[in-house]
Amino acid sequence: MVTAEPAHMAGVVGKRDPGVTARYIASNAWIGFTILCILIAAGALIAILGYVALQGASSVNWAFITALPRPVGVTGGGVANGIVGSLIIVGIATMMAVPIGVLTGVYLALFGRNAFAEALRLLADVLAGIPSIAIGLFAYTLFVAPFKHFSAVSASVAFAIIMLPLIIRTTEDAVRTVPRAIREAGFALGLSQFSTTVKIVLPAAQGAILTAVLLGVARVTGETAPLLFTAFGSQFWELNPTHPMAELSLQVFTYAISPYDDWHRQAWAGALLLTLAVFALNLLARAALRLGRR
Amino acid sequence: MTPTTPTNPPITPAASAGRADRAFFITLWAAVTIFTATAVGLFIQLVNGSWQSLTTFGFGFIVDSQWNPVTGHFGALPMIYGTVVSSFIAIAFAAVIGIGAATYLAEFAPRQIADPLATLVELLAAVPSVVYGLWGLFVLVPILRAFVDPFLQAHFGFLPIFTGPIYGVGLLTAGIILAIMILPTVSAISRDVIRAVGREQREGGIALGSTRWETTWRIVLPAARTGIFGACVLALGRALGETIAATMVIGNKSVIAASLFAPSYTLSSVIANEFTEATSDIYISSLIELGLILFIISFIVNGAARLLVNSVFSRNEGR
Amino acid sequence: MNPQYALEERDVSADVVALETRDLSVFYKGKKLAVADVSMSFPRNAITALIGPSGAGKSTLLRALNRIHELAVDASVEGAVFFGGHNIYERGVDAVAVRQRIGMVFQQAAPFPTMSIIDNVTAGLRLRGILNGRKPLDIAEKALRQAVLWNEVKDILNRPGISLSGGQQQRLCIARALAVEPAILLLDEATSALDPISTLQIEELMQELVKDYTLIAVTHNMQQAARVSDFTAFLMGDDHGVGRLIEVDRTNTIFTKPHDKRTEDYITGRFG
Repeated sequence: MVTAEPAHMAGVVGKRDPGVTARYIASNAWIGFTILCILIAAGALIAILGYVALQGASSVNWAFITALPRPVGVTGGGVANGIVGSLIIVGIATMMAVPIGVLTGVYLALFGRNAFAEALRLLADVLAGIPSIAIGLFAYTLFVAPFKHFSAVSASVAFAIIMLPLIIRTTEDAVRTVPRAIREAGFALGLSQFSTTVKIVLPAAQGAILTAVLLGVARVTGETAPLLFTAFGSQFWELNPTHPMAELSLQVFTYAISPYDDWHRQAWAGALLLTLAVFALNLLARAALRLGRR
Repeated sequence: MTPTTPTNPPITPAASAGRADRAFFITLWAAVTIFTATAVGLFIQLVNGSWQSLTTFGFGFIVDSQWNPVTGHFGALPMIYGTVVSSFIAIAFAAVIGIGAATYLAEFAPRQIADPLATLVELLAAVPSVVYGLWGLFVLVPILRAFVDPFLQAHFGFLPIFTGPIYGVGLLTAGIILAIMILPTVSAISRDVIRAVGREQREGGIALGSTRWETTWRIVLPAARTGIFGACVLALGRALGETIAATMVIGNKSVIAASLFAPSYTLSSVIANEFTEATSDIYISSLIELGLILFIISFIVNGAARLLVNSVFSRNEGR
Repeated sequence: MNPQYALEERDVSADVVALETRDLSVFYKGKKLAVADVSMSFPRNAITALIGPSGAGKSTLLRALNRIHELAVDASVEGAVFFGGHNIYERGVDAVAVRQRIGMVFQQAAPFPTMSIIDNVTAGLRLRGILNGRKPLDIAEKALRQAVLWNEVKDILNRPGISLSGGQQQRLCIARALAVEPAILLLDEATSALDPISTLQIEELMQELVKDYTLIAVTHNMQQAARVSDFTAFLMGDDHGVGRLIEVDRTNTIFTKPHDKRTEDYITGRFG
C-alpha cells in the first residue's frame, strides 16, 4: 500500500489553497454573469409580450376583428380589412415565392457542386440580410411608379423576395438530407430525373419544405416597412390585389404613431393579434418539422 | 441556421435524358434565372432610381450634412451618422448580453432547461418589429425620459454624449430597442458555434485543473472566436437595416448631435418617414439613393458575416 | 473469350450470353480511370459473381452495366456493353430505357419512405404510368412471391415500407426491382448490410430467381461467391489503382484451380 507524501496532497485533502478558492469564487461569479445575461434576454421577451397582452387583451374582441376602421372619435373601430389584407398579400407572396424557391433549392441540392451554385448560395444568404425597406423600394420602382398607384401585388412582390432566400436554403438542406440510396433506387427502376425528384425525393422532404414555407410566412407577416409605399393601406374593404390594401401591421404602425389615445389602444390590440399570429405560425413550423422527421 | 456544404457528389443528368427530363431541367433553370435576375435587378433598380441624385450630388452626398426637402438640397451624413451610432450602441449591448446568454446555454445550463430557454430567446426574433416599436414608444421611452436619462445626465453629464435636452426618443433609445431585436441573432448563432467546439478541447482544459469558467474563457470561447464575431457582424447587419422600430423611437430629425439623448435619423427611417410625402423627383431620387447606400452597406456587412460563419463550420467538417 | 466449360453442379450453359462487355473502361471525375479494358460475357440464367479486393472497381463496373454510373459528376465510359444485340452506349440509346430492362439492388436497402409496401413494389410501374390495366395487387403478389416475401407481408401491404426488418426491406427492394420485369438483375453487395440469416435467405432467393433472370452480383464475401454463383470474375487494382479483370471462369475452377497466380493469392489469402 502506497501512502501519498503529504506535500503532494496539500490542497487536495483538507483545507483548500486560498488562491484556488479565489478562482472558484471568480468562476462562479462569471457563471452568475452569464445567468444574468440569459435572464435579461428572457426578461425582455416576457416584458414585451406581457405588456402587449396586458394592453391589448381587453380591446381584442369579435367586434374589433370584424369591424372596419372608423375615424377618430367614433367608437367601434376594428382591423377587419387589415386582417383580410394581410391574408391576401401574404398569400399571393407565398404563391410567388414557393415555386421559385423550391425549384431553386432542388437545383442547388441536386446539381449544386460548381462555382456558379456556390455564388448562388452566397447570393441567397446575402439577399436574406438586405433591409426590407430597400426591397420595398425595388417593388415600388417596378410595380408602383410605372402604374402611378399603390397595389397589394407590389407588396406581395416585396414579401416574396424576402421569403425566397429562406425557402431556397431550407429546401436545399431538406432535399440533400434524403438518402442517396433512395434516389439511386429510383434511377435503378428506370425512372427519369423528373420522376425520381418529383415523385420520390420531394415527398420524402415535404416536412422540411413545409416548415420552410411556414417560417417564411411567419417572417413576412411581421414585416411593415415595404408596405409603406407598396400596399399603402386603406380604410375600406378591398379584395382587388391591384388596388391599395390595408394590412394589419401597417395599421398598428399608423395607429401607434398617431396622437390619438383611442388609436393607441387599437394599436395594442392589433399588436397582440399580430404577435399571436406570428407565434402560432412559428409553432406550426416547428411541429411540421417534427412530423416530417418521423 | 447553420450552413452546410455538400458531402456526396450530386447526380447530374445523363446525356440521353427523355423529354420529361428536358422539361424538368428547363423549369429548374427558369426558377434559378428568375431568382438571380431578381437579386441582381434589385441592385440595378436602386441605381436606376437614384440616378438623378447620384448625378446631381455625386460623392458629396455622403458627407453632406444638410437634408433639406424645401430647398431641394440633400445630404446623407445625418442619416449615416444616426444609423452607425444607433447600430453600434445596439451591438455593444447585444454582443455582451448575447454572448453571455449563449455561453450559459451552451456550457453551463442543465440540459433540461437549455433548450426551452434557447427557444424563448429565439422567440424574441419572431416578434414583429412594429410591436417592438410600439413597446419602445410607450414603455421604454417614458422610462428613459423619467428615470434613466436624467440619472445618466446627473452622474455622467460631463461627457458630451449625455448632455442636452431629454425627450425620451433619440439615439440611445433606438440603440436599446435595436439591441433587444438583434440579441437573438447573436445568441443563437454564438450558441451553435460554441457547441461546435470539440469535447476534447474542453476536457483538456478541465484535466489541467482549470475551473469551469477558466476552461470556457480561455479555451472554448477563443476557439469559437471567429464564429462569434461573425454572429455579431450579422447582427450588426440586421441593426443597420431595421426600419420600423427605429423610426418609432428615434425622433426623426436630420441633425448630427453629440448627445445620445438627441433625436436623430437613420437611413431606413427617413425613407419610411418621408417617402410617401416626397413630391419632387430629386427628393424621391435622393431617398432611393439612401436605399442604395443601405443596400451596399448591408451587402458588405452580411457578406463578411456569412463568410466568417461559413468558415467556422466548414473547418469543423471532417472531424 | 468463350471457352467450352465442363458441366458443373448446375447445368448452366455458358453459350447463351445475356450481356457482354467489350474493352469497357470506366472513368470518373473526368479523366480518372476506375476500371480498364474489361471484356467478358455474362451467361443467361446464370449467377456471375464479381469478386476482388476493395478498390478493384467491381461496383464501378457493375454500375456501368445499367448506365447508372454516368449519373455521377463527370463520369463516362469507353468501350461497349452489348445487350439484346445493341451496344447500350451507342448514340440514340435511352439510358432510362436501359435501366428498365437491367434492374439493380443496392447494398443499402432503400424502400421509398413515404410509400406503403404495395406502393413500393409497384413504384417502378406506377410512377411511369405503365400499369397498363393490370391491378397493382396482382403485380405486387407476383413480385413479392418471387422475392419470397409474400407470405410475410400479404396481410400488411398498406404498412409503410420502412416498417419492415432489414432483411425484409432488402427483399422488398428486390421485389420492387423484379416488378418492372427486367431481363437482368444487378446486385451491388446486396447482403453486406444484413445479418447472417437474412443473407442466407437472399442467397437461396438468388438461386430461385436465376431460373427466370440473369444475375450479376458484386460481393466482397468469397464464401458467398463460392456458394451461390455459377461463374466468377476476379478483379484487382493494378499499380496505378486502375481496376482490371484478372480472370473469369466457372466458379468451381476459380476456387480450385485458378489459372492466374494473382487469383490464387487472393483466394488462398482469405481462406487461410
